[in-house]
Amino acid sequence: MAEINGNKALGSTGLRLKIGLAEMLKGGVIMDVMNVEQARIAEEAGATSVMALERVPAMIRAEGGVARMANPKLIKQIIETVSIPVMAKARIGHFAEAQILQELGVDFIDESEVLTPADEAHHIDKHAFTTPFVCGARNLGEALRRIAEGAAMIRTKGEAGTGDVVHAVKHMRQIVKEMKGLTVLSDQELYAAAKDLQAPYELVRMVAQSGKLPVPNFSAGGIATPADAALMMQLGAEAIFVGSGIFMKERATPLDVEHDSKEREEAVSRAKAIVIATTHYNDPKALAAASEQVTGTMKGLAAAAIEESQLLQTRGW
Amino acid sequence: MNDRSWPRIGVLAIQGDYAAHADALTECGAIPSLVKIGEDLRPDGRSLDGLVLPGGESTTMLKFLEKHQFFDVLKDYCETHPVFATCAGAILIAREVRHPAQRSLGVLDAVVERNAYGRQIDSTILQAETSLPGGPLEMVFIRAPRIAEVGPGVEVLARREGSAVLVRQGKILAATFHPELSVDRRVHKAFVKAVIEAIRK
Repeated sequence: MAEINGNKALGSTGLRLKIGLAEMLKGGVIMDVMNVEQARIAEEAGATSVMALERVPAMIRAEGGVARMANPKLIKQIIETVSIPVMAKARIGHFAEAQILQELGVDFIDESEVLTPADEAHHIDKHAFTTPFVCGARNLGEALRRIAEGAAMIRTKGEAGTGDVVHAVKHMRQIVKEMKGLTVLSDQELYAAAKDLQAPYELVRMVAQSGKLPVPNFSAGGIATPADAALMMQLGAEAIFVGSGIFMKERATPLDVEHDSKEREEAVSRAKAIVIATTHYNDPKALAAASEQVTGTMKGLAAAAIEESQLLQTRGW
Repeated sequence: MNDRSWPRIGVLAIQGDYAAHADALTECGAIPSLVKIGEDLRPDGRSLDGLVLPGGESTTMLKFLEKHQFFDVLKDYCETHPVFATCAGAILIAREVRHPAQRSLGVLDAVVERNAYGRQIDSTILQAETSLPGGPLEMVFIRAPRIAEVGPGVEVLARREGSAVLVRQGKILAATFHPELSVDRRVHKAFVKAVIEAIRK
């Protein structure tokens, strides 16, 4: 069937397998980890997957410089440590980094605006890979352009590394609103909608018919507390990415989970509570109990206070 | 007794592709009901007629089962009711789990190895013969486990490279692949039929 449909069709074998793994991650939490000990804590807390990286977004934001793919040695160590799927980030447009990540056996590649973009015009041709990709989006047009390029999962961009959920909310509301809007359009209006969205007509038509994206729709970018996770799930996210929210103490200082048992306990409590909140997102009693367990929250940075040029979400298009 | 021509079938909804299972059950004439805590197995004080344990991450599901006696409640339920487990679900109900070892409900007399076929790049879709009527069945394997051994009371309905991938033991049906991700509904139909038969007994 794959030959008949071509590799780029949504019904092709390759894309079905990629979306299949995304389906398995629904209702769960994907946690950023910077070392083997954090990966262990994440798995032990019930994460469905870990994102292996050298610096979480909050540190990248504070330290500056060019942010690149993590060292393969670190990624391999984390793959060897946990039994759950392992994700890693490649720079926007940097298909050579993605080739390396696929070779390492990474289960999902995040073509991420958190890293410094490598191409100002082109995203990675994700159809060329066997490994599935997740990409960020701020609106429906951006989500559908990424899906056209082969993304098997979309996540809101939010504003990574802030601990401020406001932009994740904005992006999720925007995507959901635009999807709802398409469902009431007539067939002839969809051509103009596709033009306005700057997205392929076929994908626009699929969204108009189903009212949802043709791939799972997750949320990322500033989710720091159990309540944030529940908020995003109630707004329509199908799973949650938590970056800096679990292992960061101050904006640029991670909790010392390797040497300080109290700080380790704090990270464990945050991780467990966010996992519980993501499953029981509609149960305020469970959310209250989970929130009470948490013994601290990353300090965070109000997204509104960030200068336009310092925003990560405007990378990619 | 209520009208049981529409069986109520629970889907364990801690995490994973439980929505895909719920849709498949609806297509097969059952009423799906999401199960997030032990009490959900008895909505309105009456036990659900059957239960699906979906695909997802077995380690994540296990963390939730280990709270509030959910593990014991679920084990009791699975020992007495029709159960259909796919992928991570099959890991949860096995007698023994390897690679790495982890706790399991022990209601299916089988040894299951996690991630036995490799990582996501090794995931695959195959067509294979089964004991179900209707010719070869499409099987979607995603970071699939392998059933390494089965006990004498376990009937093997399909195999991949010699290993069982679809098995039945009394009221329990288990697959290491994902029938919920295929259009072909024969496996879900077989389960719903078994649930209806169990109600009539």
